[in-house]
Amino acid sequence: MSRPALVLPILLGAAGLSLGIAVALGSVPLTPTETLAVLTGGGEPLHRTLILELRLPRALAAFATGGLLAVAGALMQVLLRNPLADPYVLGLSGGAAVGALLSMLAGLGMAMVSGAAFAGALLSTLIVFGLAHGTGSWTPTRLLLTGVVVAAGWGAFISFLLAISPTTELPGMLYWLMGDLSHAHSPWPAWIVLVVVVLVAMPLGRSLNVLARGPLQAAALGVAVRPLEWTLYGVAALVTATAVTMAGSVGFVGLIVPHMLRLVLGNDQRLILPASALAGGILLTLADTLARTLIAPQQLPVGVITAMLGVPVFLYLLYRSR
Amino acid sequence: MSDSRLLQPAPAPLLTLMDLVVDIPGRGDGAPLNLDIRAGQCWGILGPNGAGKSTLLHTLAGLRPPRRGTIRLQGQPLGQLPRRRVARLLGMVFQDHQDGFPATVLETALIGRHPYLRPWEMESAEDHQAALKALRQVDLAGMETRLIATLSGGERQRLAIATALTQDPRIFLLDEPTNHLDLHHQVAVLDIVRRAVAEGRSAVLTLHDVNLAARYCDHLLLMYPGGEACWGTTREMLVPNALERLYGQALVTGEVEGMPVFFPRTR
Repeated sequence: MSRPALVLPILLGAAGLSLGIAVALGSVPLTPTETLAVLTGGGEPLHRTLILELRLPRALAAFATGGLLAVAGALMQVLLRNPLADPYVLGLSGGAAVGALLSMLAGLGMAMVSGAAFAGALLSTLIVFGLAHGTGSWTPTRLLLTGVVVAAGWGAFISFLLAISPTTELPGMLYWLMGDLSHAHSPWPAWIVLVVVVLVAMPLGRSLNVLARGPLQAAALGVAVRPLEWTLYGVAALVTATAVTMAGSVGFVGLIVPHMLRLVLGNDQRLILPASALAGGILLTLADTLARTLIAPQQLPVGVITAMLGVPVFLYLLYRSR
Repeated sequence: MSDSRLLQPAPAPLLTLMDLVVDIPGRGDGAPLNLDIRAGQCWGILGPNGAGKSTLLHTLAGLRPPRRGTIRLQGQPLGQLPRRRVARLLGMVFQDHQDGFPATVLETALIGRHPYLRPWEMESAEDHQAALKALRQVDLAGMETRLIATLSGGERQRLAIATALTQDPRIFLLDEPTNHLDLHHQVAVLDIVRRAVAEGRSAVLTLHDVNLAARYCDHLLLMYPGGEACWGTTREMLVPNALERLYGQALVTGEVEGMPVFFPRTR
């Protein structure tokens, strides 16, 4: 029982630490005292510009994006009662990618690319959930299969767009597809969505715990299943769209973070949801720091790092758990 | 309140079925059901596989709409009551359990408290006590921290019953409560149901064992494969001919301790 009480403070501490590391590391490395000086309102002017205008906004954007992705994954896994569900498996990010690539091809600015990504994610959600709903009931298997097939369709469309694109556009497109935070400068919209969603989802936590036992059991225990499922679906779509708009397609965070937390903490959503927000944030902040320092001055797409970290960790946890 | 109880010897029905026809997709209308389930009654539903016993229980729990007719729960139409209120009055034990995610035995029993808790509220010490008591009743004491994936079929079934006990409803709807249970636990679980009924609750259960139904249920509802149905007190309903027609199986009838027993006739 003491475990849940300890987890959130530990994660909060780790969150602060990860943000500290992210602002301290870079082409001009700063000592902890220099970093602290800037964060408490002092420090040298060069350090202030470096941290407050470049590194801190990016670190905050990474944190919020990671938190959003992990929360989206956690919610979708309960909605589908399948631990493999995540925004990427369900084709949401594929839709976003097609939107983004189309607007890049049209030569539109970054703001339009973000808008198109957002629209693409929502469109994909509508297609997947609309088709899976069909005339019958909303079975998780059908939803998952529809998502996987739609994702494959988006994948083909993405390849087509890459094939017909001028070579000058290709690097930007590939970076976007692998997830990239170097264009994320205003972290606040993502933070607002993250905080609001966690606050909205927390009181639903116990209902989600019951929904994880199946819709009939949930209805028998007093949960209004249909409204709850639609809420989950809407929130997950909004959260994913926001995350994809910030950073392009970053894979694995939504799949791995909630799963890892479940292996350690059990499956109480009242704990898993806030813990996912924090742990997802920590993971992506550290991954992005690695992405921009590992082969500096060149930058790696952050999605490469999350995949390279995530896959072995996930396989190890799965192997160890049984 | 007390005046009306003096005037009416029979307690008001908890659950009323009026011209109820359950909706079994692809099947014609069955006979309409008209019956009252009152406090202190234990109803057994007997019938062959596919007769619609589970569908009827799900319909009574408000989990699927009936094709025709109405169900009243304490006098109010079931479909119009909020789910939370229904869940405080009706507790359902399902035949299958969907365990998609790992959970402990205690957590699984505790979800029975869900209809009583407000959104932000955590389970209180009393809720834990209620869950632990229910686990003791079904012989699962000491297994609180076990993961449900490690339970045997019978232990999982008893846990589902513990969840319903933790839910503390007025009416228990039990779909094959003795499924997967050994002889001792079949009797133990039905004894729990009998005690709950003696306290003034009521129970509706589907059973495959006619002899257990004869011993534990005071009323029976027979559902025939063609959609006909008949109901009444156990003594009225336990007619060998009716049971043979119900199951399409010849029976040998005997008597043990003054109670009829039925066995399938084998060659």
